Amino acid sequence: MRGHFPLKMAVGATAIMLLAAGCSGGGDDAGDEAFVVSIGIGEPQHLIPSNTTESNGAEVLAALYTPLVDFDANNNPVLVAAESIESPDNKVWTIKLKDGYTFHNGEKVTADNYINAWNHAAYGPNGMGGSYFFARIQGYDELNPKDPDGEDGPQKPPTPPTNKLSGLAKVDDLTFTVTLKEPFSGWRSVMGYTVFYPLPNAAWASDGVLKEDFEQAPIGNGPFKIKGKWEHDSKIEVEKYDAYPGEKPKIDGVLYKIYQDQQAQYADLSSGALDIVTQIPIENLASAPTDLGDRFKTSPNSVFQFVGFPTFLEQYSKVEVRKAISMAINRKEITDSIFRGSQTPATSFVSPAVAGYRENSCGEACTYDPAKAKAMYEAAGGPKQIKITYNVDGGHKAWVDATCNQLKTNLGVDCVGVGEPKFADLLTKVEKKEDVGLIRMGWLMDYPLMENYLGPLYGTGGSSNYYGYSNPEFDNLVKQGSAAKTPEEAIKIWQQAEDILARDMPVIPLRHGQNVFGHSERVKNVEVDKYTKVELLKLEPAS
Amino acid sequence: MLDSQRTWEMFRYFVRRVLQGVLTFFGATFIVYALMFANQTDPLQTLAGERPLPENVRQALTERYHLDDPFIVQYGHYMRGLLTGDFGISLTNRSIKEMMEQAWPVTVRLALLAIVIAVLISVTSGIISGIRRGGPFDTVTLIITLILLALPIVVLAPLAQLFFGVQLKWFPATAGADPGVYQLLLPAAVLATLVMATEIRVTRASVAENLRSDYVRTARAKGLSKRRVIGVHVLRNSLIPVITLIGLDLGNLMAGAIVTEGVFNIPGVGFNLFRGIRTEDGPLVVGFVSILVIVFIVVNLVVDLLYAVLDPRIRYE
Repeated sequence: MRGHFPLKMAVGATAIMLLAAGCSGGGDDAGDEAFVVSIGIGEPQHLIPSNTTESNGAEVLAALYTPLVDFDANNNPVLVAAESIESPDNKVWTIKLKDGYTFHNGEKVTADNYINAWNHAAYGPNGMGGSYFFARIQGYDELNPKDPDGEDGPQKPPTPPTNKLSGLAKVDDLTFTVTLKEPFSGWRSVMGYTVFYPLPNAAWASDGVLKEDFEQAPIGNGPFKIKGKWEHDSKIEVEKYDAYPGEKPKIDGVLYKIYQDQQAQYADLSSGALDIVTQIPIENLASAPTDLGDRFKTSPNSVFQFVGFPTFLEQYSKVEVRKAISMAINRKEITDSIFRGSQTPATSFVSPAVAGYRENSCGEACTYDPAKAKAMYEAAGGPKQIKITYNVDGGHKAWVDATCNQLKTNLGVDCVGVGEPKFADLLTKVEKKEDVGLIRMGWLMDYPLMENYLGPLYGTGGSSNYYGYSNPEFDNLVKQGSAAKTPEEAIKIWQQAEDILARDMPVIPLRHGQNVFGHSERVKNVEVDKYTKVELLKLEPAS
Repeated sequence: MLDSQRTWEMFRYFVRRVLQGVLTFFGATFIVYALMFANQTDPLQTLAGERPLPENVRQALTERYHLDDPFIVQYGHYMRGLLTGDFGISLTNRSIKEMMEQAWPVTVRLALLAIVIAVLISVTSGIISGIRRGGPFDTVTLIITLILLALPIVVLAPLAQLFFGVQLKWFPATAGADPGVYQLLLPAAVLATLVMATEIRVTRASVAENLRSDYVRTARAKGLSKRRVIGVHVLRNSLIPVITLIGLDLGNLMAGAIVTEGVFNIPGVGFNLFRGIRTEDGPLVVGFVSILVIVFIVVNLVVDLLYAVLDPRIRYE
């Protein structure tokens, strides 16, 4: 009897393997076996386009929806669902849709689908997370009235007088116009983002009100349609949409398997139960290149990691102090030893993922030079103790401590890394103007324009400018760039703005992100783009 | 007559315990809710991560989730819902009731399987090493229990996954949202190690002690077979402390499977508690905790009632 045990095990294991293969193969016995690729993701927060600003939801929506524009290798917009996007003055944009696109329920995609979806997204009381993307459109302010006594006051903000953006107008079934508050040459690129997808008529319970359960099975205009429903914490399945008029995928479907933990994804990839892992966790990076061989890959993404100097902290107010700290950091050592090459040193204030990026625009201030740094720091009378505050839930401890050690050695100062439980806690302290020291920050772009880094991160009152940097000259240049006639002109002006940053050093650029991904032997042509999404249309069966 | 008196005693005891349970339930949920409220800094920003949170979105969501109400009003809202069976919605707009319907069965399966594995192994080996104290089997189990006690589950779970799941491929590397017994076997075994060591030691000590007691000597003197002495008299008396332990372990395993559930990708109770605490989602945490409280209360009651079955001398007062 004892001798039977391993055999039983083997039989059981084979049965499970067959079962698993059946699952990932689509399990359709009739005719050709459907080729379904499984991709590991985390549980999305939402699957309504305008409420999806995190990467898991965006990854799934990219299969279900087709954007107006996508981006080529040089980060320039190319038309996809749009036939043309024109503007004489960069203020009024006329968008003409391609004919022949339908939603997965058979509805024809028309201008109304875009207008209704965008009105809903911009309407304040709906609380859509991506609503601020529509803030450039005329009429946004009417849809988002200010709370009369501030956020904490007892009074509720008034109900907006209308739920329609005055800047959106239908011309005919396939044409509509968008009027911006101010001219913006980069608007074409902005519309490539997730929140600008159209919604079918079937999505609405009544005018401007989304059906409660729409996001459980979103109906899109993309190359794949949802199969069944969003099974929370478990999986989301999509299959090829046959009536899709655009570029056809070479696979029959995608199974998004939902994981709580990236290491579990990697375990499944190693044992053959999962096809693609888009971000291999640092813990597995030591063994992954050997485990996966040429199926271990990297590609650049738009993540930008840096530390900011809160302007309310007197001890960092001298630019020499800020420069010296930056020059005392050996970025390469940290990316090599702690991130094992999964991130690259940053010496610019924008990511290489945008057109207009220049290597080392930060210049001397981002070049490692401990001797000069120390002399400069002492001459400027920098503080005896440096603090770096970070959130402990993001795996930042290792590099913050390493950076501190470098500062200790190179500047001869005391340096401590202070962990806050969550990023929100860090922000609370910054708002109270507590002595937090340098604050850890990260940024992932929404659309590939330099402006998407310059505006939110360094502009006066920018949405993520938590450290409070403000330079009117800089703001002016960013604005001028946005109003420029052509994207090329815009880039030139934005680069001038970036040069100001190199002079002022409001932040220390540290690292650019990379997608570090791996795949199984079943698939080939696996690529992960700058938004950390798998390029589904390129995926192919390996044999 | 004695029997009916005993039944009456037990009934009174039962009613008293149930009433105590109700109080415990409200007390525990209140404390957990208060703790969650005190821990809450800015759940909306936490949800948005490092992204900026637009003012209008903050306003709309604050209103939707009553985040700006004072504590007692929020608690009142929540309790009113809870008593009518409405657990509310999570901060990502999911029905907490549905989340629980999904999470509880998986975790219960996992915990029961772990208990079965733990009991089978620990009671058997505990009895054997209790009878053959100082023998080679006893020594080996002692060493194994020491190793198990020394290995925390954060080490054991990934190791087991790597060895049995990825390299040997005996078991699937992860179990998923709707696992069968086979998929759960590896995580359950890992989880079982959490309680196995103590159960072995308690069984062994208890058996050893009972073997030395007067009634065993009497039974032997009366000429009863060794099998009967051990199988009926010793075992029955030795199991009382073990059963207490198992009962408490069942609750612990349900609440404490956070690491195991994470490693083997099982979206159960531990995972949801972790998610709720991380996102400062009060209703989500309290929903799961209130069921956990009920589980603990019921298990404890059942364990106490079981004593009577095992040992008629135990009185309920």
